[in-house]
Amino acid sequence: MPGFISHQVAARGLSLLRLRPVAATMRTYSSATKEVTMTVRDALNSALDEEMAADPNVFIMGEEVGEYQGAYKITKGLLDKYGPERVVDTPITEAGFAGIGVGSAYHGLRPVIEFMTFNFSMQAIDHIINSAAKSNYMSAGQINVPIVFRGPNGPAAGVGAQHSQCYSAWYGSVPGLKVLVPYSSEDARGLLKAAIQDPDPVVFLENELLYGESFPISAEALDSSFCLPIGKAKIEREGKDVTITAFSKMVGYALKAAEILEKEEGINAEVINLRSIRPLDRDTINASVRKTNRLITVEEGFPQHGVGAEICASVVEDSFGYLDAGVERIAAADVPTPYAANLERRAFPQIEDIVGAVKRVCYRSLPMVATA
Amino acid sequence: MASSCFSKSKTIIMRNLKSKNFFMLGFINHTYSITNLQFPRHLLHTISSPPLPVSNYASSSPYNYSIAFSRCFASVYGGRRLNTATSVRNSVDQLSTEAPLQQDLDFPGGRVKFTPKPVFTSSSTEERTPCYRVLNDNGQPILDGDSVKISKELAVKMYTNMVTLQVMDTIFYEAQRQGRISFYLTTIGEEAINIASAAALNYNDFVFPQYREPGVLLWRGFTLQDFADQCFGNKNDNGKGRQMPIHYGSRKHNYFTVASTVGTQIPHAVGAAYSLKMEKQDACTVTYFGDGGSSTGDFHAALNFAAVMEVPVIFFCRNNGWAISTPINDQLRSDGIVVRGKAYGVPSIRVDGNDALAIYSAVHKARKMAIEEQTPVLIEALTYRAGHHSTSDDSTKYRPVDEIERWRGDQNPLKRFRKWIETKGWWSDEAESEHRNGIRKQLSQAIQAAERVEKPPISDIFNDVYDIPSKNLTEQEAFLRRTIQKHAQDYPSNVPM
Repeated sequence: MPGFISHQVAARGLSLLRLRPVAATMRTYSSATKEVTMTVRDALNSALDEEMAADPNVFIMGEEVGEYQGAYKITKGLLDKYGPERVVDTPITEAGFAGIGVGSAYHGLRPVIEFMTFNFSMQAIDHIINSAAKSNYMSAGQINVPIVFRGPNGPAAGVGAQHSQCYSAWYGSVPGLKVLVPYSSEDARGLLKAAIQDPDPVVFLENELLYGESFPISAEALDSSFCLPIGKAKIEREGKDVTITAFSKMVGYALKAAEILEKEEGINAEVINLRSIRPLDRDTINASVRKTNRLITVEEGFPQHGVGAEICASVVEDSFGYLDAGVERIAAADVPTPYAANLERRAFPQIEDIVGAVKRVCYRSLPMVATA
Repeated sequence: MASSCFSKSKTIIMRNLKSKNFFMLGFINHTYSITNLQFPRHLLHTISSPPLPVSNYASSSPYNYSIAFSRCFASVYGGRRLNTATSVRNSVDQLSTEAPLQQDLDFPGGRVKFTPKPVFTSSSTEERTPCYRVLNDNGQPILDGDSVKISKELAVKMYTNMVTLQVMDTIFYEAQRQGRISFYLTTIGEEAINIASAAALNYNDFVFPQYREPGVLLWRGFTLQDFADQCFGNKNDNGKGRQMPIHYGSRKHNYFTVASTVGTQIPHAVGAAYSLKMEKQDACTVTYFGDGGSSTGDFHAALNFAAVMEVPVIFFCRNNGWAISTPINDQLRSDGIVVRGKAYGVPSIRVDGNDALAIYSAVHKARKMAIEEQTPVLIEALTYRAGHHSTSDDSTKYRPVDEIERWRGDQNPLKRFRKWIETKGWWSDEAESEHRNGIRKQLSQAIQAAERVEKPPISDIFNDVYDIPSKNLTEQEAFLRRTIQKHAQDYPSNVPM
């Protein structure tokens, strides 16, 4: 009977709702609490949808973004909703479509350029840096470039050396760019909306493995006018014994490591979600270190010249006297990423690496042998 | 073997089994003397076999073999095609003697005739693409020519601008040699390209230059003082002293700031043209680059994209024979750049770059085509870089002096155009010397004035990096100002705070 079936549907609620292919926000309700959750993928999709609806100049360009619904389905449903003029499938030339995107931004459009992964952005890096980042300055304010370059960054799982590099340090060093690294769905929504609305070029580094992860999301974050400020880090977990800075997927690892440390060692760790690599929120980081006196940085990129190096230098410059221990950086192994699962696991920071580093800076275990 | 083709898709085999006879025939390949169905002999890799009896199909070509491929290709048809392919033929029908001969192949991308002879297209054609010109070497119109008529005012304006450009180049070059500016790059030999192309455009057409096109900016109203201010990097420079000389740019004149990167402006122009297309504006974008610039990856991506996106952009290639010291034969082996347009599906024309009237007509027509048909257009202007690449170059080191002299002298574009306007009675020797002297005087005043003006202020170090300066930049500026106050005597006097 229809009534009976619909009651069952309502009771199941969650799982059937998930199947509905709606381009708009996909919320799911967990049955235990009334908390609303959203995957990062849906958060990005909804942010793009809302910004495209709000401003007809916003358009998306990239490989497979249209007919294929997006290589990672981030742009799902947008071609149907906005048409091929605003969701443009491109030939295989990152240099080409990045350059074309920059040119369209020169003349008033607001492109969102998708790189299938940021590894491919290296083909287009001249346009990102020389044509986008530096244009406003070189033209003395006559040419501004309100462009967003987005896509997955860093390692996924088993994709090999040429698909696993993290570019946060590369782009983070360029004046004229803004570099954002969302973690949760709220980060994804708020930062992507802010990026699209920003008049400066923004590099928006996502993470493929986070796309499918669900996070609780507030009603405020679901509102279409929601925006997060660029350049402000978020303290995900307050603590008093040690500061852990992380971004993207590593925030999740740091939070798990903090739980383990609390339970097993009684160490109360403060976890900072950077959210923004450039501008880097030096104030929040330094205020935290002045409180805890110990710092470790976590990232998935290569160690030399990485984000952790910059944070360490910043803290040494601003809060040297407050440090009770040397700063430790946790980063990827200094090798091109191996493919075999066991090797790959050892090539990237794991939760136990973070726990180990915290114990070392808290002098609960011996320091590692210094490497040249 | 035919089987290898068929094995590619199970569905093909399954469908072909509908007609066992056909499948067998593919292999037997000799008894079926028919008027309609012929066999894919080339698939059997028999190169030297004699042609099968030609059908009654009205074609003199001996290569009219048909292939009866079935509906297997239906699934790969995309939404847009290069040619309009019609319906897919049903292989079974081919067996009937009333069905029409199938002359060509239906692959994604459209219909294409096939041939059983493995003929390679030649790397070069015997005849190069002809070059459009209106005036002969003596400045007289070529008979039976076709060009846009221009008025006396326009012709004189074009000529005087060409002279201004030439004089400006000479004087700024000298200024660099005297150490008054750090760098300069001339347009000698390409004045016609600069001025005539600019004259054929509207002011709302966006220009994306390389660096050898200041004449376009001059045409649009950038003053000699503006040029001088940029070269001296003083506080009147609308580029705020941020770039080296000749990197002009002016939003007001729809001339995008010159960047040192070679060829990057080409896809920019395509993107901006896309923006114009979305806005349905009666305007196009124009981008200039040299023969060297056409080797960059950006050139190829941009042309390809522009054709696919159907945007109103004019690609103007100044083929001046030299990319610094690289002569054209070391740069490319195609018939210049004009043939590349065809490769990408872009209508193209080759034009005499030293003939102002030819350039004017070509750009005029190209603009109309680009906007009305929403298509990219490629123009290759053949010319000669009569000056050195820049003040950092001495081209006598890699090319013969008499070659340079020839192009600076007899072959220069001003000479030819001048002859034409003098024949028309619109110009004279007096007018020439009056104009040249006037410009020389203006320039010398402009340079002297520019030299004396203060440099841009300290704040211009830090603004425009972002729309709103970031915190660290504001802090750095404050720190710098404090330092300057503390050590005022060590701070240069011509840099205002």
